[in-house]
Order: sequence, then structure tokens, then C-alpha cells
Amino acid sequence: MRTTISILLLAVVAAGFFLCLADVPFGEPKTQVGNYYIEEGRAQTGAANIVTSVVLAYRGFDTLGEVTVLFVAAFGLGAVLGAAGGKRKHEPIEPASIVLRTGCRFLFPMLIIFGVYVFLHGHLTPGGGFQGGAVIASAFLLVYLGCRERRINLTRKTWTDSLGGLAFVVIGLIGLGVGGRYFLSNFLPNGVVNQLFSAGILPLIYIAIGLKVGAELTGVVDDLLEETE
Amino acid sequence: MIVIVSLLVFVMLAAAVAAFIFKDLLSAVLAACLVSLIASILFLFMHAPDVAMAEASIGAALVTAVFVIAIRRTGRREE
Repeated sequence: MRTTISILLLAVVAAGFFLCLADVPFGEPKTQVGNYYIEEGRAQTGAANIVTSVVLAYRGFDTLGEVTVLFVAAFGLGAVLGAAGGKRKHEPIEPASIVLRTGCRFLFPMLIIFGVYVFLHGHLTPGGGFQGGAVIASAFLLVYLGCRERRINLTRKTWTDSLGGLAFVVIGLIGLGVGGRYFLSNFLPNGVVNQLFSAGILPLIYIAIGLKVGAELTGVVDDLLEETE
Repeated sequence: MIVIVSLLVFVMLAAAVAAFIFKDLLSAVLAACLVSLIASILFLFMHAPDVAMAEASIGAALVTAVFVIAIRRTGRREE
């Protein structure tokens, strides 16, 4: 009986979706705004990577919301696992094998450099703050796996996290005050496309996001791995 | 090209079904990791390197690590 009802309900929902979407042509652009970004993005924002110009310039405020969502999720995880007030246990852990240790020590600096490269060149090459931050967090994950006796300085992690978020908002407010009309408006010269120092405030925002996301995801791994009293 | 993509999609679907079927949770997590990895390769083929990077670093690396840590804390077998 219940199965029949659920199948009937599913059929009704599927029919509703079908009726809504039946007239939409498949694969054709629904709006013109995408073409506008592709044609005008380089000239208006100075960023060679069109994805970055959309994510940070045209839709910068949405990105601030995205960063906030990530922050709330990491904060909630820390609160649930009791890491906010509790002390770390620091029980003695048996060291990892020599292969794992050497591999982690070898890869750690390269991953950090690659992560910093990805978010510094977010306006030129594929990638950006979120991807670079995730790469940095995976470098710290290697430290947790291979060199367990090394602890991450949690105070520094929290400061990096907070200052990254603060820098994003401050850059936005400076844009509101100096640049003119709106939050996160560009107040630096666009420069020459394809140069490292170009695209106005976009590299600055990506540096802030990269540091923040890296610190935050490292904090997530730390909260999960370390036992609290 | 179409052969490589079809092969990848086939492996991806097989890994997804395997992640659903496996009773050993560690194997299931690794199968899900394989799904993410192939998804990132497919994103690269579809000229979306930004998404491919995010998928590889978050979907394949960090999420897998979080699941493995959770399995270590709880239990490896599904009842």
C-alpha cells in the first residue's frame, strides 16, 4: 500500500518536472549573460581567467556568502566535536614508517608552493582561492599522516583564518568607500591583461580566500583527527 | 577520444555501483574516491580545469580523508 502511494507520488512529481522542462530546448543558452561575460570579461576586469572574473568581480558578493558557508560549517564541526573549549590530548603516538615519513616530508613543501601558486595566479591560470586552499590543506593532511609528532599551531591557524575573512570584507568596504558605487568595487588599476600584477583587487581577494580556506580545511582535519579531553 | 571518455564513464559507473554494494566501508570509500577522480578527469576533458582542480583536491583527497578518519573512529564493516 505504502509502496503504491510512493510510486504514485513519484510519478506525479516526475510528470510535473517533465511538463515544466519539456519546452526548454536542450543545450542552447537560456540567457545572454554568459556571452556577455565571455566577450566583455577580459576588458572590464582585466583578468585573463574568465571564471575568476565571474566568481570575484561580477559575482563577488556571492563568493563572500560561499566563504561564510564554509566558515559556519567548519565552526559547527569544531563545536560538535568539542574542540572549541577542550584541550588536545597529546597522547603518545607511534611514529609512521620511514617510507611514509620521507614521502610526506618530500611532498609537503611542493604542495604548499603549488597551492600558493594556484591562488596567486587565480586571475591568470585555472584555479583560485578555493582550489589553492584545498591543496594547502591536503599538504597539512600529509603532515598529520606522516609526521604525527609535529603539531599544528592552532593559534596561528585561527589567526590566519580570521584575518583572511577580515581582509575580504575590508577590501570590499574600501571598494565601497573609495571605488564608488558598490561593495567590492574595483579601486586598483586593471593593468595589462596576463601580467601578474593585473586585474585590480582580484588577486588580493584570492590571496585572502586562499589563506582562509587553507586554514579552515586544515582546522577541519585537525578537529577530526585529534582527540580532545 | 570518445573511446577514452566512454571507458572512463564505464569505470566511473562501475565504481559508483561498487561503492553502493561493498560491505567493507574502506573499499566503498576508495571506490567513491575513484568516482571523484574520474569526474575530475572528465571535467578536464570538457574544458573546465577550474572545476577539475576543485573536484580533485576536495572530492578525491579531503573528503576521502574525512571518511577514512570517520571509519577509523567507528567501524569498518557495515552490518
